[in-house]
Amino acid sequence: MSALLHVEGLSKRFGGFVALDGIELEVQDGERLGLIGPNGSGKSTLVNCICGTLQNETGSVRFAGKALDGLSSHQRTRRGLARSFQLPRPFASLSLAENLRVPILYTVNARGAGALAGAAVDARCRDLLGEVGLAEKADRLPRDLTQIEMRKLELARAMAAEPKLLIADEAMAGLSHAEVDEIVALLIRLNGQGVTVIMIEHIMRAVMEFSQRLAVLVAGRKIADGAPKDVVRDAEVVRAYLGE
Amino acid sequence: MDVSLDLLVNAIVSGLLLGGFYAAVSIGVAISFGMLDIVNIAHPAFILLGSYVAYFANSVLGMDPILAAAIALPAFYLLGMAVYQVYYVAFERRNDQSLRSLAFFFGLLFITEVGLVLAFGVDYRLVEARYIGPSLHFGIIDLPLRLLVPFLVAAAMVVGLQVFLSRSFLGRAIQAVAQDQLALRLMAADPIRIKRIAFGLSFATAAVAGAILIIVQPVEPSIGREYIGRVFAICVLGGLGSFTGMAIAAIILGIVESLTSTFFGPSWAPAVAFGVLLVTLAVRPSGLMGR
Amino acid sequence: MRATPFILVLIAVAAAIFGIARWLDNSYAFFAGYVVVQYIVLGTAWNILGGYTGYVNFGITAFFALGAYSSVVLHKLVPTLPLPIMIVVGGAIAGLVGLGTGYLTLRLRGVFFSIATLALAVVVQTLITNWDFVGGARGAYVLRPRTAPLIGGDYMQYLFLIMLGLGVIVLATARAIERSSLGVGFAAIRDDEAAAEASGVPTLKLKLVATTLSGGFMGMAGAPLPFYVTYLDPASGFSLNYAVNAIAMPLIGGTSSWLGPVIGAVLVGGLQEYLRVTISSAVNVLVAGVLMVVFVIVAPHGIVGLFQRKR
Repeated sequence: MSALLHVEGLSKRFGGFVALDGIELEVQDGERLGLIGPNGSGKSTLVNCICGTLQNETGSVRFAGKALDGLSSHQRTRRGLARSFQLPRPFASLSLAENLRVPILYTVNARGAGALAGAAVDARCRDLLGEVGLAEKADRLPRDLTQIEMRKLELARAMAAEPKLLIADEAMAGLSHAEVDEIVALLIRLNGQGVTVIMIEHIMRAVMEFSQRLAVLVAGRKIADGAPKDVVRDAEVVRAYLGE
Repeated sequence: MDVSLDLLVNAIVSGLLLGGFYAAVSIGVAISFGMLDIVNIAHPAFILLGSYVAYFANSVLGMDPILAAAIALPAFYLLGMAVYQVYYVAFERRNDQSLRSLAFFFGLLFITEVGLVLAFGVDYRLVEARYIGPSLHFGIIDLPLRLLVPFLVAAAMVVGLQVFLSRSFLGRAIQAVAQDQLALRLMAADPIRIKRIAFGLSFATAAVAGAILIIVQPVEPSIGREYIGRVFAICVLGGLGSFTGMAIAAIILGIVESLTSTFFGPSWAPAVAFGVLLVTLAVRPSGLMGR
Repeated sequence: MRATPFILVLIAVAAAIFGIARWLDNSYAFFAGYVVVQYIVLGTAWNILGGYTGYVNFGITAFFALGAYSSVVLHKLVPTLPLPIMIVVGGAIAGLVGLGTGYLTLRLRGVFFSIATLALAVVVQTLITNWDFVGGARGAYVLRPRTAPLIGGDYMQYLFLIMLGLGVIVLATARAIERSSLGVGFAAIRDDEAAAEASGVPTLKLKLVATTLSGGFMGMAGAPLPFYVTYLDPASGFSLNYAVNAIAMPLIGGTSSWLGPVIGAVLVGGLQEYLRVTISSAVNVLVAGVLMVVFVIVAPHGIVGLFQRKR
């Protein structure tokens, strides 16, 4: 079986600073991968390189058997690679339903097959909002949302693109215990529908509950990759997190 | 083409002097746009306001234009602080800094220009001073005092501001304000106050730049617009936030423009800045000194 | 309202306005009406880029004058060429310049695009000033035909009719954009460009579509100008008034819908005409600038925003 996402020898520098150094990463179709690492370890840079927000200098990213190198961000989204942002970035002047309309019109409909028209688009927006529990606020503006609702909108918008792979970049930072459980359940449910999910997170409880496999990034290098309970016992990982 | 050495050397020398003058015109924008991230496209219009202050003092009171600028300096500083206050309340605090704030400054540009037209008319105005007219001669090189005096005033202002920004606490706070407002708060400095002072300074430079502009050439209210392209071309080419880069870019532009007007005619000079701006944006948007 | 009925209503309104102007049979009504409708076209054109995508074009005079001067050139080359063809050519040239400027600068932060357009206005003016064929700095005289083709009567009536037609086309386009996926994509770009890309919106392509359309319509608005003024020189063709009005009117009316620029143009344009007749022509140009500054500070969503229900 070939991997859905295949990152090979990926490096990225900012001036003299090496943000990512020869990253190798495979994610299988239908997998739930956790990606952890201390602040500044390069997690978000990796997401940005995979999603095309940044262009990596060396190495390659292959997705569903095809190379993504040189493709812009929106082209990658159309190929089935969606992300949520660490700090929610809703379209502030659009209602919640309209926020979801953007990826439906520009991703699902751009793929041709399964294009939605007219009322079907609106119905789909409301369905998706229902799935994350925001159905009643469909016609409100993002500024009326609470912190967790904002995260849910962010995830719903990524899901609206009907991705094969979803990258959730710290979707739970700053949420309460119960709210974290809610988002984890949501992501696991989504995975049950066949979407591969990469979760980037600091909250270890959520990561351990969610991940089938865990990869660790420290100072731009991947230092561990394997079963979660083995990885957290790994000497190098412990040293990176607790200091020497 | 038969290019005489005299012509070439003198074109380069006057371009160099012109470049120094351009640095004085651009330094206000280097502060407001480069350090505070405020796109004050009205700055050239305020420079023209400075020119007319000098014109008024010179023609009515017989005052030296540069002395007039020095006297007008505090008023410009206060005006700048007032404009920043409006900008802060209306846009920065509302986090609405793009579309409407650009329109705001565009409106100020227009109101200043039309105000000057109403007050002084559309005819060209000039000042009189002993150093306008004579030239120094060194071999084949002519140094017209009309360009040399502005060059020296400009150099003094640029170097003075550079020293102030890099040595004094306030100056360093101004340089820090764009990057790290939190750090400033921790140092018990109010970022809004710092920005207000910095914007006031940027405005005050317009008084000096205006006075030397009217020494370099006669002015009419709409020539400010020619300077918008120049000023931003210089700031972008120099790399935002760097005075040294800005000064080098100003001199490059001055020389290229001077060569252009010597060999193709002065009416083509305004197009040079646009070419420089467009090429910089397309090829190297971080500028000469950018990272 | 669907698209076709909306266009029919627009045409009916335009026809009614033209009918009233003819019934008044006052040549001043045609001159003043032409100016106001011209600003509806210019303001709406600016708003397609500025209001919908959030990118500020200051180089309105460049596009407007490109249209005007392309007519001067065409009229000198082929004096019998019908005005609608000149409008198409002027629009195409201005649209291409918009596309080129956008292509070079739209990958960067929005302010760089705005600065480039400011400089563009200066450079196009420099080129025209140095081009003797169109009169250079001295300007060019264009002979206005004595009578109007097709409808008879004074040629000014024909110019007004043409401008009304342009108004219908521009407003119908603007509203169609708002209702289409293009409008949703534009709004996404205006709100958050990175999030728009991540949602599959080809941001660069959409921005180029907006710049081309916007520049093209400005050029079309400028194409009949030589016949309106009969004498065109760079100083008047590139007057800052056009730029300020085209930005002020949408901002005063409201940038979020096609109605805003119309309200702004009718109010400000009407006020200017009134002041020009009653007080002086120097004061009337100040009005748009002052009102714009007041509105962006006090009523950021314009007149339309004042009446919109709060969601």
